[in-house]
Amino acid sequence: MTRVLIPAGALGLGYDRAALERGIANRPDIIAVDGGSTDSGPSYLGRGVSKYARASTKMEWRELMRARAEAGVPLVIGTAGTCGADAAVDWLFDITKEIAAEEGMKIKVATLRSGQTAETVKAALAKGRVRPLAAAPEISDQILEDCTNIVALAGAEQIAAALATGADVVIAGRTTDTAIIAALPLTRGDNAGAAWHGAKVGECGALATTQPNSGVIQIDFDASGFTIEPMAEAAAATAYTVSAHMLYENSDPFILYEPGGYLDVTGSDYRALDARRVRVEGSKWVPGPYTVKLEGARVVGYQSVGLAVIRDRHYVANARVWAADIETKVRAKIEARMGLKPDDFAVELRLIGMNATLGDLENRHDLPVEVGALGILTCPTPEQAAEAAKILNPYLLHHPLTEDEPMPTFAFPFSPAEMQRGALYEFCLNHVMELDDPMAAFKLELHEVGHG
Amino acid sequence: MAELGQIAQKVRSKNAGPFWVTIDIFCGSAEVFERVSGSLKDDAVAKLYRVDRQLVKRFDIADLNVVKFSFPRPQVQGTRADRDMHGAGWASLLEEMQID
Repeated sequence: MTRVLIPAGALGLGYDRAALERGIANRPDIIAVDGGSTDSGPSYLGRGVSKYARASTKMEWRELMRARAEAGVPLVIGTAGTCGADAAVDWLFDITKEIAAEEGMKIKVATLRSGQTAETVKAALAKGRVRPLAAAPEISDQILEDCTNIVALAGAEQIAAALATGADVVIAGRTTDTAIIAALPLTRGDNAGAAWHGAKVGECGALATTQPNSGVIQIDFDASGFTIEPMAEAAAATAYTVSAHMLYENSDPFILYEPGGYLDVTGSDYRALDARRVRVEGSKWVPGPYTVKLEGARVVGYQSVGLAVIRDRHYVANARVWAADIETKVRAKIEARMGLKPDDFAVELRLIGMNATLGDLENRHDLPVEVGALGILTCPTPEQAAEAAKILNPYLLHHPLTEDEPMPTFAFPFSPAEMQRGALYEFCLNHVMELDDPMAAFKLELHEVGHG
Repeated sequence: MAELGQIAQKVRSKNAGPFWVTIDIFCGSAEVFERVSGSLKDDAVAKLYRVDRQLVKRFDIADLNVVKFSFPRPQVQGTRADRDMHGAGWASLLEEMQID
Protein backbone atom coordinates (compact mmCIF):
# COMPACT_ATOMS: atom_id res chain seq x y z
CA MET A 1 0.00 0.00 0.00
CA THR A 2 1.19 3.48 -0.84
CA ARG A 3 -0.29 6.57 0.76
CA VAL A 4 0.03 9.80 -1.24
CA LEU A 5 -0.82 13.15 0.32
CA ILE A 6 -1.83 15.88 -2.15
CA PRO A 7 -1.99 19.32 -0.51
CA ALA A 8 -3.60 21.26 -3.37
CA GLY A 9 -4.40 21.33 -7.07
CA ALA A 10 -1.42 23.62 -7.58
CA LEU A 11 1.25 25.21 -5.42
CA GLY A 12 0.20 28.84 -4.92
CA LEU A 13 -3.54 28.15 -4.93
CA GLY A 14 -3.88 27.80 -1.16
CA TYR A 15 -5.26 24.98 0.99
CA ASP A 16 -6.79 24.24 4.37
CA ARG A 17 -3.97 24.20 7.00
CA ALA A 18 -5.81 21.97 9.46
CA ALA A 19 -6.43 19.48 6.66
CA LEU A 20 -2.72 19.41 5.82
CA GLU A 21 -1.89 18.68 9.47
CA ARG A 22 -4.40 15.86 9.48
CA GLY A 23 -2.80 14.48 6.34
CA ILE A 24 0.68 14.56 7.89
CA ALA A 25 -0.63 12.84 11.04
CA ASN A 26 -1.84 9.99 8.80
CA ARG A 27 1.81 9.21 7.91
CA PRO A 28 1.87 9.49 4.10
CA ASP A 29 4.62 7.84 2.03
CA ILE A 30 5.04 10.91 -0.17
CA ILE A 31 3.70 14.45 -0.55
CA ALA A 32 2.98 15.37 -4.18
CA VAL A 33 1.83 18.70 -5.57
CA ASP A 34 1.42 20.05 -9.07
CA GLY A 35 3.03 23.36 -10.00
CA GLY A 36 1.30 24.29 -13.22
CA SER A 37 -0.29 23.51 -16.57
CA THR A 38 -0.75 25.12 -19.97
CA ASP A 39 -4.08 26.54 -18.86
CA SER A 40 -2.90 30.08 -18.29
CA GLY A 41 -1.65 30.36 -21.82
CA PRO A 42 1.56 30.35 -23.85
CA SER A 43 3.26 33.41 -22.33
CA TYR A 44 4.41 31.53 -19.22
CA LEU A 45 6.10 28.78 -21.20
CA GLY A 46 7.39 31.30 -23.71
CA ARG A 47 9.08 33.32 -20.98
CA GLY A 48 9.81 30.43 -18.61
CA VAL A 49 8.09 32.12 -15.66
CA SER A 50 5.53 31.35 -12.97
CA LYS A 51 2.10 32.97 -12.89
CA TYR A 52 1.89 32.88 -9.10
CA ALA A 53 3.49 35.43 -6.79
CA ARG A 54 6.96 34.45 -5.57
CA ALA A 55 5.84 35.41 -2.04
CA SER A 56 2.83 33.07 -2.14
CA THR A 57 4.86 30.26 -3.65
CA LYS A 58 7.60 30.66 -1.04
CA MET A 59 5.12 30.74 1.84
CA GLU A 60 3.30 27.58 0.73
CA TRP A 61 6.50 25.78 -0.29
CA ARG A 62 7.98 26.56 3.13
CA GLU A 63 4.93 24.97 4.80
CA LEU A 64 5.22 21.90 2.61
CA MET A 65 8.96 21.62 3.26
CA ARG A 66 8.27 21.77 7.00
CA ALA A 67 5.49 19.17 6.64
CA ARG A 68 7.89 16.96 4.67
CA ALA A 69 10.53 17.24 7.39
CA GLU A 70 7.95 16.34 10.02
CA ALA A 71 6.69 13.35 8.04
CA GLY A 72 10.19 12.30 6.99
CA VAL A 73 9.07 11.51 3.43
CA PRO A 74 9.85 12.93 -0.02
CA LEU A 75 8.11 16.06 -1.32
CA VAL A 76 7.72 16.21 -5.09
CA ILE A 77 6.46 18.99 -7.32
CA GLY A 78 5.71 18.60 -11.04
CA THR A 79 5.61 21.36 -13.66
CA ALA A 80 7.42 23.75 -11.33
CA GLY A 81 6.75 27.45 -11.85
CA THR A 82 3.55 27.07 -13.93
CA CYS A 83 5.27 26.04 -17.17
CA GLY A 84 7.99 23.60 -16.11
CA ALA A 85 10.67 25.22 -18.28
CA ASP A 86 14.25 24.93 -17.02
CA ALA A 87 14.23 28.58 -15.88
CA ALA A 88 11.13 27.87 -13.77
CA VAL A 89 12.87 24.87 -12.16
CA ASP A 90 15.80 27.18 -11.32
CA TRP A 91 13.35 29.72 -9.87
CA LEU A 92 11.81 27.19 -7.49
CA PHE A 93 15.23 25.69 -6.70
CA ASP A 94 16.42 29.17 -5.63
CA ILE A 95 13.36 29.55 -3.41
CA THR A 96 14.05 26.08 -1.97
CA LYS A 97 17.66 27.01 -1.12
CA GLU A 98 16.50 30.23 0.57
CA ILE A 99 13.98 28.34 2.68
CA ALA A 100 16.48 25.63 3.61
CA ALA A 101 18.94 28.29 4.76
CA GLU A 102 16.27 30.21 6.70
CA GLU A 103 14.91 27.05 8.34
CA GLY A 104 18.29 25.48 9.05
CA MET A 105 17.39 22.42 6.97
CA LYS A 106 19.97 20.16 5.41
CA ILE A 107 18.31 18.33 2.54
CA LYS A 108 18.94 16.55 -0.73
CA VAL A 109 17.14 18.17 -3.67
CA ALA A 110 16.75 16.48 -7.04
CA THR A 111 16.03 18.68 -10.06
CA LEU A 112 14.54 17.09 -13.16
CA ARG A 113 14.81 19.27 -16.26
CA SER A 114 12.37 18.83 -19.13
CA GLY A 115 13.72 21.49 -21.50
CA GLN A 116 14.54 20.42 -25.07
CA THR A 117 16.81 22.10 -27.57
CA ALA A 118 15.45 22.82 -31.04
CA GLU A 119 18.27 20.61 -32.38
CA THR A 120 17.08 17.58 -30.41
CA VAL A 121 13.52 17.93 -31.64
CA LYS A 122 14.58 18.71 -35.21
CA ALA A 123 16.71 15.56 -35.26
CA ALA A 124 13.80 13.49 -33.95
CA LEU A 125 11.47 15.10 -36.49
CA ALA A 126 13.87 14.25 -39.32
CA LYS A 127 13.89 10.60 -38.18
CA GLY A 128 10.10 10.47 -38.14
CA ARG A 129 10.10 10.18 -34.34
CA VAL A 130 7.92 13.26 -33.75
CA ARG A 131 4.25 12.72 -34.52
CA PRO A 132 1.30 15.15 -34.49
CA LEU A 133 -1.63 14.62 -32.12
CA ALA A 134 -5.20 15.52 -33.12
CA ALA A 135 -5.57 19.19 -34.10
CA ALA A 136 -1.80 19.75 -34.04
CA PRO A 137 -0.43 22.79 -35.86
CA GLU A 138 2.03 22.40 -38.75
CA ILE A 139 5.64 22.46 -37.61
CA SER A 140 8.95 23.02 -39.36
CA ASP A 141 12.61 23.36 -38.42
CA GLN A 142 12.13 27.13 -38.51
CA ILE A 143 9.22 27.03 -36.07
CA LEU A 144 11.21 24.81 -33.70
CA GLU A 145 14.14 27.24 -33.88
CA ASP A 146 11.78 30.13 -33.14
CA CYS A 147 10.57 28.54 -29.90
CA THR A 148 11.86 30.34 -26.81
CA ASN A 149 11.14 27.19 -24.79
CA ILE A 150 10.36 23.60 -25.70
CA VAL A 151 9.55 21.11 -22.96
CA ALA A 152 8.81 17.40 -22.94
CA LEU A 153 6.27 16.08 -20.44
CA ALA A 154 7.93 13.63 -18.09
CA GLY A 155 5.98 10.61 -16.90
CA ALA A 156 6.22 8.28 -13.92
CA GLU A 157 9.58 6.77 -15.00
CA GLN A 158 11.47 10.04 -14.70
CA ILE A 159 9.86 10.92 -11.35
CA ALA A 160 10.66 7.42 -10.09
CA ALA A 161 14.30 7.95 -11.13
CA ALA A 162 14.36 11.23 -9.20
CA LEU A 163 12.91 9.54 -6.12
CA ALA A 164 15.43 6.70 -6.44
CA THR A 165 18.26 9.20 -5.80
CA GLY A 166 17.02 9.36 -2.21
CA ALA A 167 16.10 13.03 -2.61
CA ASP A 168 14.08 14.70 0.13
CA VAL A 169 12.66 17.19 -2.34
CA VAL A 170 12.12 16.66 -6.07
CA ILE A 171 11.66 19.75 -8.24
CA ALA A 172 10.50 18.53 -11.63
CA GLY A 173 10.11 20.59 -14.76
CA ARG A 174 7.22 19.83 -17.09
CA THR A 175 5.55 16.54 -16.20
CA THR A 176 2.12 15.16 -16.91
CA ASP A 177 -0.25 16.26 -14.14
CA THR A 178 -0.54 12.68 -12.95
CA ALA A 179 3.08 11.48 -13.03
CA ILE A 180 4.10 12.89 -9.65
CA ILE A 181 1.26 11.03 -7.94
CA ALA A 182 1.47 7.76 -9.92
CA ALA A 183 5.27 7.32 -9.72
CA LEU A 184 5.67 5.92 -6.20
CA PRO A 185 2.67 3.52 -6.28
CA LEU A 186 3.95 2.19 -9.64
CA THR A 187 7.48 1.74 -8.28
CA ARG A 188 6.12 -0.24 -5.35
CA GLY A 189 4.09 -2.50 -7.58
CA ASP A 190 0.60 -1.22 -6.78
CA ASN A 191 -2.05 -1.72 -9.45
CA ALA A 192 -1.01 0.29 -12.52
CA GLY A 193 -4.53 1.22 -13.63
CA ALA A 194 -5.33 2.37 -10.11
CA ALA A 195 -2.06 4.35 -9.90
CA TRP A 196 -2.87 6.40 -13.00
CA HIS A 197 -6.58 6.72 -12.31
CA GLY A 198 -6.06 7.79 -8.70
CA ALA A 199 -3.43 10.23 -9.91
CA LYS A 200 -5.86 11.78 -12.38
CA VAL A 201 -8.54 12.09 -9.71
CA GLY A 202 -6.01 13.59 -7.30
CA GLU A 203 -4.13 15.96 -9.57
CA CYS A 204 -6.50 18.86 -8.89
CA GLY A 205 -6.41 18.35 -5.11
CA ALA A 206 -9.87 18.45 -3.58
CA LEU A 207 -11.59 19.36 -6.87
CA ALA A 208 -12.95 15.81 -6.96
CA THR A 209 -14.71 16.34 -3.61
CA THR A 210 -17.65 18.37 -2.35
CA GLN A 211 -15.29 21.17 -1.17
CA PRO A 212 -12.83 21.95 -3.97
CA ASN A 213 -11.15 24.85 -2.12
CA SER A 214 -10.08 22.72 0.85
CA GLY A 215 -7.26 21.37 -1.29
CA VAL A 216 -5.88 18.46 0.70
CA ILE A 217 -6.66 14.85 -0.19
CA GLN A 218 -5.13 11.49 0.63
CA ILE A 219 -5.09 8.57 -1.76
CA ASP A 220 -4.20 5.02 -0.75
CA PHE A 221 -3.05 2.80 -3.61
CA ASP A 222 -2.84 -0.98 -3.39
CA ALA A 223 -2.82 -4.15 -5.49
CA SER A 224 -6.43 -3.86 -6.66
CA GLY A 225 -7.46 -0.20 -6.59
CA PHE A 226 -7.33 3.08 -4.72
CA THR A 227 -9.21 4.83 -1.94
CA ILE A 228 -9.61 8.60 -1.83
CA GLU A 229 -10.34 10.61 1.29
CA PRO A 230 -10.40 14.40 1.64
CA MET A 231 -8.48 15.69 4.67
CA ALA A 232 -10.78 18.64 5.38
CA GLU A 233 -13.36 17.43 7.90
CA ALA A 234 -16.31 19.02 6.11
CA ALA A 235 -15.31 17.73 2.67
CA ALA A 236 -16.56 14.46 1.21
CA ALA A 237 -15.58 12.34 -1.77
CA THR A 238 -18.60 10.67 -3.31
CA ALA A 239 -18.86 8.15 -6.12
CA TYR A 240 -20.24 10.99 -8.21
CA THR A 241 -17.57 13.63 -7.45
CA VAL A 242 -14.80 11.09 -8.05
CA SER A 243 -16.14 9.58 -11.26
CA ALA A 244 -17.16 12.99 -12.63
CA HIS A 245 -13.60 14.23 -12.29
CA MET A 246 -12.52 12.27 -15.37
CA LEU A 247 -14.59 14.81 -17.33
CA TYR A 248 -12.48 17.73 -16.18
CA GLU A 249 -10.25 19.24 -18.85
CA ASN A 250 -10.23 15.87 -20.63
CA SER A 251 -11.39 15.63 -24.22
CA ASP A 252 -12.15 11.93 -23.63
CA PRO A 253 -13.51 11.08 -20.17
CA PHE A 254 -12.57 7.39 -20.35
CA ILE A 255 -9.10 7.38 -21.88
CA LEU A 256 -6.03 9.25 -20.67
CA TYR A 257 -2.76 9.04 -22.59
CA GLU A 258 0.46 9.04 -20.61
CA PRO A 259 4.08 8.28 -21.52
CA GLY A 260 4.25 4.56 -22.24
CA GLY A 261 0.58 3.77 -22.56
CA TYR A 262 -2.91 4.84 -21.65
CA LEU A 263 -5.41 4.60 -18.84
CA ASP A 264 -8.84 3.16 -19.59
CA VAL A 265 -11.54 3.76 -16.96
CA THR A 266 -14.46 2.38 -18.99
CA GLY A 267 -14.81 -0.56 -16.58
CA SER A 268 -14.01 1.31 -13.35
CA ASP A 269 -16.24 0.71 -10.37
CA TYR A 270 -16.80 3.54 -7.87
CA ARG A 271 -18.04 2.53 -4.44
CA ALA A 272 -18.69 4.71 -1.38
CA LEU A 273 -16.95 3.21 1.68
CA ASP A 274 -18.75 5.69 3.92
CA ALA A 275 -19.98 9.28 3.64
CA ARG A 276 -16.51 10.66 2.89
CA ARG A 277 -14.38 7.98 1.22
CA VAL A 278 -14.61 6.32 -2.17
CA ARG A 279 -13.03 3.09 -3.37
CA VAL A 280 -12.24 2.66 -7.07
CA GLU A 281 -11.35 -0.63 -8.75
CA GLY A 282 -11.31 -1.98 -12.28
CA SER A 283 -9.26 0.75 -13.97
CA LYS A 284 -6.94 -0.56 -16.67
CA TRP A 285 -3.47 0.48 -17.78
CA VAL A 286 -2.73 -0.43 -21.40
CA PRO A 287 1.02 -0.30 -22.19
CA GLY A 288 2.14 1.11 -25.54
CA PRO A 289 5.13 2.69 -27.26
CA TYR A 290 7.14 5.10 -25.10
CA THR A 291 6.40 8.64 -26.22
CA VAL A 292 6.49 11.98 -24.43
CA LYS A 293 4.32 14.93 -25.33
CA LEU A 294 6.02 18.15 -26.43
CA GLU A 295 5.03 21.74 -25.77
CA GLY A 296 6.64 24.80 -27.24
CA ALA A 297 5.98 28.52 -27.44
CA ARG A 298 7.32 31.22 -29.73
CA VAL A 299 6.93 34.96 -30.17
CA VAL A 300 4.62 35.90 -33.04
CA GLY A 301 4.47 39.68 -32.46
CA TYR A 302 4.22 42.42 -29.87
CA GLN A 303 1.07 44.03 -28.58
CA SER A 304 -0.21 47.28 -27.16
CA VAL A 305 -3.74 47.80 -25.92
CA GLY A 306 -5.91 50.84 -25.27
CA LEU A 307 -9.29 50.95 -23.59
CA ALA A 308 -12.11 53.48 -23.91
CA VAL A 309 -15.53 53.09 -22.32
CA ILE A 310 -18.57 54.28 -24.22
CA ARG A 311 -21.62 55.29 -22.18
CA ASP A 312 -23.41 57.57 -24.69
CA ARG A 313 -26.57 55.69 -25.72
CA HIS A 314 -26.33 56.70 -29.37
CA TYR A 315 -22.76 55.40 -29.59
CA VAL A 316 -23.56 52.22 -27.69
CA ALA A 317 -26.33 51.48 -30.20
CA ASN A 318 -23.93 52.05 -33.11
CA ALA A 319 -20.74 50.67 -31.55
CA ARG A 320 -20.08 48.08 -34.25
CA VAL A 321 -20.21 50.59 -37.08
CA TRP A 322 -18.10 53.00 -35.05
CA ALA A 323 -15.48 50.33 -34.28
CA ALA A 324 -15.29 49.05 -37.86
CA ASP A 325 -14.77 52.60 -39.13
CA ILE A 326 -11.95 53.18 -36.65
CA GLU A 327 -10.25 49.90 -37.56
CA THR A 328 -10.24 50.86 -41.25
CA LYS A 329 -8.91 54.36 -40.64
CA VAL A 330 -6.22 53.25 -38.18
CA ARG A 331 -5.01 50.51 -40.51
CA ALA A 332 -4.65 53.01 -43.33
CA LYS A 333 -2.69 55.41 -41.12
CA ILE A 334 -0.35 52.69 -39.82
CA GLU A 335 0.43 51.69 -43.42
CA ALA A 336 0.90 55.26 -44.60
CA ARG A 337 2.77 56.69 -41.64
CA MET A 338 4.71 53.72 -40.25
CA GLY A 339 5.33 51.97 -43.56
CA LEU A 340 4.06 48.56 -42.37
CA LYS A 341 2.55 46.17 -44.90
CA PRO A 342 -1.05 44.96 -44.30
CA ASP A 343 0.06 41.42 -43.41
CA ASP A 344 2.62 42.64 -40.87
CA PHE A 345 0.23 44.06 -38.32
CA ALA A 346 -3.30 43.78 -36.93
CA VAL A 347 -5.77 46.30 -35.52
CA GLU A 348 -8.77 45.03 -33.59
CA LEU A 349 -11.40 46.86 -31.58
CA ARG A 350 -12.90 44.24 -29.28
CA LEU A 351 -16.25 45.43 -27.93
CA ILE A 352 -16.66 44.42 -24.29
CA GLY A 353 -20.37 44.19 -23.59
CA MET A 354 -21.24 43.08 -27.13
CA ASN A 355 -19.21 40.06 -28.28
CA ALA A 356 -15.80 40.22 -26.59
CA THR A 357 -16.02 36.64 -25.32
CA LEU A 358 -17.47 34.85 -28.32
CA GLY A 359 -16.73 37.03 -31.34
CA ASP A 360 -18.62 35.93 -34.45
CA LEU A 361 -20.17 33.01 -32.53
CA GLU A 362 -22.17 35.41 -30.34
CA ASN A 363 -25.88 35.12 -31.09
CA ARG A 364 -27.31 37.55 -28.52
CA HIS A 365 -27.60 41.16 -29.55
CA ASP A 366 -29.18 42.97 -26.58
CA LEU A 367 -27.89 46.49 -26.08
CA PRO A 368 -25.73 46.94 -22.98
CA VAL A 369 -25.58 50.05 -20.75
CA GLU A 370 -22.01 50.72 -21.83
CA VAL A 371 -19.39 49.24 -24.10
CA GLY A 372 -15.68 48.83 -23.48
CA ALA A 373 -13.74 49.40 -26.68
CA LEU A 374 -10.53 47.44 -26.24
CA GLY A 375 -8.10 48.39 -28.98
CA ILE A 376 -5.52 45.64 -29.62
CA LEU A 377 -2.55 46.44 -31.83
CA THR A 378 -0.18 43.67 -32.92
CA CYS A 379 3.06 44.58 -34.70
CA PRO A 380 6.45 42.98 -35.45
CA THR A 381 8.30 44.99 -32.76
CA PRO A 382 7.35 46.43 -29.35
CA GLU A 383 8.24 49.95 -30.54
CA GLN A 384 5.90 49.62 -33.53
CA ALA A 385 3.11 48.30 -31.27
CA ALA A 386 3.53 51.32 -28.99
CA GLU A 387 3.52 53.69 -31.96
CA ALA A 388 0.43 52.05 -33.48
CA ALA A 389 -1.46 52.43 -30.18
CA LYS A 390 -0.72 56.16 -30.27
CA ILE A 391 -2.19 56.33 -33.76
CA LEU A 392 -5.32 54.66 -32.38
CA ASN A 393 -5.50 56.93 -29.31
CA PRO A 394 -7.26 60.01 -30.79
CA TYR A 395 -9.90 57.80 -32.42
CA LEU A 396 -10.70 56.01 -29.18
CA LEU A 397 -11.10 59.39 -27.50
CA HIS A 398 -13.03 61.46 -30.06
CA HIS A 399 -14.12 59.56 -33.17
CA PRO A 400 -17.60 60.73 -34.36
CA LEU A 401 -20.04 58.37 -36.06
CA THR A 402 -20.60 60.94 -38.80
CA GLU A 403 -18.77 64.08 -39.82
CA ASP A 404 -21.67 66.41 -39.08
CA GLU A 405 -22.24 65.65 -35.42
CA PRO A 406 -20.64 67.27 -32.36
CA MET A 407 -17.28 65.80 -31.39
CA PRO A 408 -17.82 63.04 -28.80
CA THR A 409 -15.42 62.20 -25.96
CA PHE A 410 -15.27 58.75 -24.38
CA ALA A 411 -14.11 57.64 -20.95
CA PHE A 412 -10.41 56.78 -20.72
CA PRO A 413 -9.70 54.94 -17.47
CA PHE A 414 -5.95 55.65 -17.47
CA SER A 415 -3.21 58.07 -18.36
CA PRO A 416 -1.26 57.16 -20.36
CA ALA A 417 -4.11 55.49 -22.22
CA GLU A 418 -1.99 52.79 -23.83
CA MET A 419 -0.64 49.68 -22.12
CA GLN A 420 2.31 47.70 -23.47
CA ARG A 421 1.51 44.01 -23.40
CA GLY A 422 4.92 42.90 -24.57
CA ALA A 423 5.39 39.74 -26.60
CA LEU A 424 2.49 37.73 -27.98
CA TYR A 425 3.39 34.06 -27.71
CA GLU A 426 1.77 31.08 -29.40
CA PHE A 427 1.81 27.41 -28.51
CA CYS A 428 3.24 25.72 -31.57
CA LEU A 429 3.55 22.04 -30.66
CA ASN A 430 0.92 19.40 -30.01
CA HIS A 431 3.12 16.43 -30.80
CA VAL A 432 4.67 13.39 -29.19
CA MET A 433 8.31 12.33 -29.44
CA GLU A 434 9.37 8.67 -29.31
CA LEU A 435 12.08 7.77 -26.81
CA ASP A 436 14.08 4.52 -26.49
CA ASP A 437 15.13 5.43 -22.96
CA PRO A 438 12.65 7.47 -20.88
CA MET A 439 15.56 9.45 -19.37
CA ALA A 440 17.03 10.38 -22.77
CA ALA A 441 15.14 13.68 -22.99
CA PHE A 442 15.49 14.67 -19.33
CA LYS A 443 18.29 15.81 -17.05
CA LEU A 444 18.35 14.64 -13.44
CA GLU A 445 20.70 16.22 -10.86
CA LEU A 446 21.03 15.76 -7.12
CA HIS A 447 22.07 18.69 -4.91
CA GLU A 448 22.99 18.95 -1.24
CA VAL A 449 21.23 22.03 0.11
CA GLY A 450 21.42 23.88 3.46
CA HIS A 451 23.69 23.55 6.43
CA GLY A 452 21.61 21.73 9.03
CA MET B 1 -38.98 23.90 -25.94
CA ALA B 2 -36.73 24.98 -23.11
CA GLU B 3 -33.42 26.71 -22.67
CA LEU B 4 -30.82 24.03 -21.89
CA GLY B 5 -29.33 26.05 -19.03
CA GLN B 6 -32.77 26.28 -17.41
CA ILE B 7 -33.25 22.52 -17.19
CA ALA B 8 -29.64 21.33 -16.65
CA GLN B 9 -27.76 21.72 -13.38
CA LYS B 10 -24.66 23.23 -14.93
CA VAL B 11 -22.97 23.65 -18.28
CA ARG B 12 -19.19 23.99 -18.09
CA SER B 13 -16.61 24.61 -20.80
CA LYS B 14 -12.86 24.37 -20.28
CA ASN B 15 -9.71 23.87 -22.27
CA ALA B 16 -8.62 20.28 -22.71
CA GLY B 17 -5.07 21.38 -23.50
CA PRO B 18 -4.34 24.39 -25.71
CA PHE B 19 -5.84 22.86 -28.84
CA TRP B 20 -9.14 21.40 -27.64
CA VAL B 21 -12.16 22.59 -25.72
CA THR B 22 -14.53 20.33 -23.82
CA ILE B 23 -18.07 21.12 -22.70
CA ASP B 24 -19.80 19.17 -19.95
CA ILE B 25 -23.56 19.33 -19.52
CA PHE B 26 -24.42 18.18 -16.00
CA CYS B 27 -28.09 17.23 -16.33
CA GLY B 28 -28.68 16.54 -12.64
CA SER B 29 -31.25 13.78 -13.10
CA ALA B 30 -31.92 10.77 -15.30
CA GLU B 31 -35.04 12.46 -16.65
CA VAL B 32 -33.23 15.58 -17.82
CA PHE B 33 -30.35 13.44 -19.10
CA GLU B 34 -32.74 11.43 -21.30
CA ARG B 35 -34.26 14.61 -22.64
CA VAL B 36 -30.96 16.36 -23.36
CA SER B 37 -29.28 13.24 -24.70
CA GLY B 38 -32.24 12.58 -27.00
CA SER B 39 -32.92 16.02 -28.35
CA LEU B 40 -29.47 17.62 -28.56
CA LYS B 41 -28.15 16.83 -32.04
CA ASP B 42 -24.49 16.74 -33.07
CA ASP B 43 -25.29 18.86 -36.12
CA ALA B 44 -26.78 21.63 -34.01
CA VAL B 45 -23.77 21.68 -31.69
CA ALA B 46 -21.30 21.72 -34.60
CA LYS B 47 -23.25 24.59 -36.16
CA LEU B 48 -23.39 26.53 -32.90
CA TYR B 49 -19.58 26.47 -32.62
CA ARG B 50 -18.95 26.44 -36.39
CA VAL B 51 -16.79 23.36 -36.24
CA ASP B 52 -16.66 20.40 -38.61
CA ARG B 53 -19.17 17.84 -37.32
CA GLN B 54 -16.64 15.05 -37.98
CA LEU B 55 -14.32 16.59 -35.39
CA VAL B 56 -16.92 16.72 -32.62
CA LYS B 57 -16.49 13.94 -30.04
CA ARG B 58 -19.61 13.18 -28.04
CA PHE B 59 -20.09 11.17 -24.85
CA ASP B 60 -23.50 10.41 -23.36
CA ILE B 61 -22.69 9.19 -19.85
CA ALA B 62 -25.82 7.86 -18.17
CA ASP B 63 -23.98 6.98 -14.93
CA LEU B 64 -23.21 10.65 -14.38
CA ASN B 65 -26.23 12.15 -16.16
CA VAL B 66 -23.71 14.03 -18.27
CA VAL B 67 -23.56 14.81 -21.98
CA LYS B 68 -20.06 15.86 -23.04
CA PHE B 69 -18.75 17.39 -26.26
CA SER B 70 -15.10 17.90 -27.19
CA PHE B 71 -13.80 19.55 -30.34
CA PRO B 72 -10.74 21.47 -31.56
CA ARG B 73 -10.79 25.00 -30.22
CA PRO B 74 -12.27 27.48 -32.74
CA GLN B 75 -9.05 29.44 -32.04
CA VAL B 76 -5.98 27.87 -30.48
CA GLN B 77 -5.51 29.05 -26.88
CA GLY B 78 -3.59 32.28 -26.60
CA THR B 79 -3.35 33.08 -30.31
CA ARG B 80 -4.13 36.61 -31.43
CA ALA B 81 -7.67 35.62 -32.40
CA ASP B 82 -8.37 33.83 -29.11
CA ARG B 83 -10.69 35.75 -26.81
CA ASP B 84 -11.00 33.39 -23.90
CA MET B 85 -7.77 31.92 -22.49
CA HIS B 86 -9.49 29.20 -20.45
CA GLY B 87 -12.32 28.46 -22.88
CA ALA B 88 -14.86 29.15 -20.15
CA GLY B 89 -17.23 31.35 -22.17
CA TRP B 90 -18.22 28.81 -24.80
CA ALA B 91 -20.55 27.10 -22.34
CA SER B 92 -22.94 30.05 -22.61
CA LEU B 93 -23.88 29.22 -26.20
CA LEU B 94 -25.09 25.76 -25.21
CA GLU B 95 -26.67 27.06 -22.01
CA GLU B 96 -28.83 29.43 -24.03
CA MET B 97 -29.70 26.93 -26.74
CA GLN B 98 -33.36 25.95 -27.11
CA ILE B 99 -33.99 22.22 -27.05
CA ASP B 100 -37.13 20.10 -27.44
